[in-house]
Amino acid sequence: MIAVIDYNVGNLASVSNAFKRQGMETVVTRDPELILKAQGIVLPGVGTFPVAMSHLEEYGLIDVLSQAKEKNIPIMGICLGMQVLFEKGYEVEECNGLGFLEGSVQKLQVNAKIPHMGWNELIFNQNHPLLSHIKEKDYVYFVHSFGAVCPDEELICYVEYGGSKIPALVGKGNVWGCQFHPEKSGEVGKKILKAFKELIEDVSDTSN
Amino acid sequence: MLAKRIIPCLDIKDGKVVKGVNFVGLKDVGDPVELAKEYDRQSADEVVFLDITATYEDRGIIRDLIERAASELSIPLCVGGGIRTIEDFRMILSSGADKVSVNSAAIKNPQLIKEAADEFGVQCVVVAIDAKKREDDTGYDVYVAGGRVNTGVDLIEWVKKCEELGAGEILLTSMDADGTRDGFDIDMLKAVMNVVSIPVIASGGCGGKEDMAKVFKETNCDAALAASLFHYKEATIDEVKDECEKYSIPVRRNHETGL
Repeated sequence: MIAVIDYNVGNLASVSNAFKRQGMETVVTRDPELILKAQGIVLPGVGTFPVAMSHLEEYGLIDVLSQAKEKNIPIMGICLGMQVLFEKGYEVEECNGLGFLEGSVQKLQVNAKIPHMGWNELIFNQNHPLLSHIKEKDYVYFVHSFGAVCPDEELICYVEYGGSKIPALVGKGNVWGCQFHPEKSGEVGKKILKAFKELIEDVSDTSN
Repeated sequence: MLAKRIIPCLDIKDGKVVKGVNFVGLKDVGDPVELAKEYDRQSADEVVFLDITATYEDRGIIRDLIERAASELSIPLCVGGGIRTIEDFRMILSSGADKVSVNSAAIKNPQLIKEAADEFGVQCVVVAIDAKKREDDTGYDVYVAGGRVNTGVDLIEWVKKCEELGAGEILLTSMDADGTRDGFDIDMLKAVMNVVSIPVIASGGCGGKEDMAKVFKETNCDAALAASLFHYKEATIDEVKDECEKYSIPVRRNHETGL
């Protein structure tokens, strides 16, 4: 079962539907017990960094997610859900994130329109199981004004926009993040979710 | 590189697609969700639902449609038509749409743009504008009520204000070009893009795949929208993208999908 974390930031239907289409049992929840029993956790989110963090705190989810990470449950953050995985954010005000990934989230430094909105092509930075069903230059859908600044070893793939490299998929250990919206990214998005599903199944197999 | 987006627009009345749509192989040719799924399969980059239902007492039909579309589409969905209040935004977004387009109500109450952007984020606030060249050729006026009422508001002043208030995108329809099928209104688009830095969707006048390529060649617009071109199957979205690629315009392909 995949737990899609409900912390009151935006509509969760598309995300949970996308996982259901992969044939995965999906529960939208903020119940600690369910979350810690899940095979995989998805942290979605639209809105701003400080609001997301304050909701996670209000619902006691910071602690629950940290426990999930320690238990080696695969965690995937999407868009704002990816951003809060980092140590710090600078949207609206400086704000601490979950700190599961090294780095921070900053206003895009690009010589182009903001928000970075639309379909952009992925460039691979490393071999990674999440990329196993897609190929370089496949397009995925982005909508954001802030982006991750992270060490190269966390950078799985990126896109080029306005003269900058924007991290698209990041990850370390059992925690991964996706700046774009796989649930809105057509067939390519489905293939990335399929790869996430396989990663989850691998982790469950080894822990059983 | 960011791809130029090709967006089919579906006019919907009482839950059904308006305009003669004749798609073979769809379960229900009048069902907006079936049609939207077909466009998704053809690699449309986004779909717009424009609800032109005259009465708004019962918004349950459109809510159901959005819920169904959101659960079946794998591309972004923008919904517009009759949006008046922040509650309308909330209903549309919580039903599963990704963006809301607002037209007349934004002119009447520009603060709606700001409220919606503050509450839901700039990425989901699309301001739709219908504009027409003034007879004395001094610029463009903004029209509302489906193009029936001239507000006397200057287009250039209005787009600047929209951006300032937090619009994430402008959907610009040229009433001079709309229905002519002679191509998009390049001059109007250029005039708008000179003064705003948010994405602009070109609308009105598309008569063929060549017009789509032309608007991307000649202006810096981010997306182009058409209705009848696709509904009447004069061109598929892939054919439009083939045409764009001839001119090295970056477009997204949904190939090797195994569908």
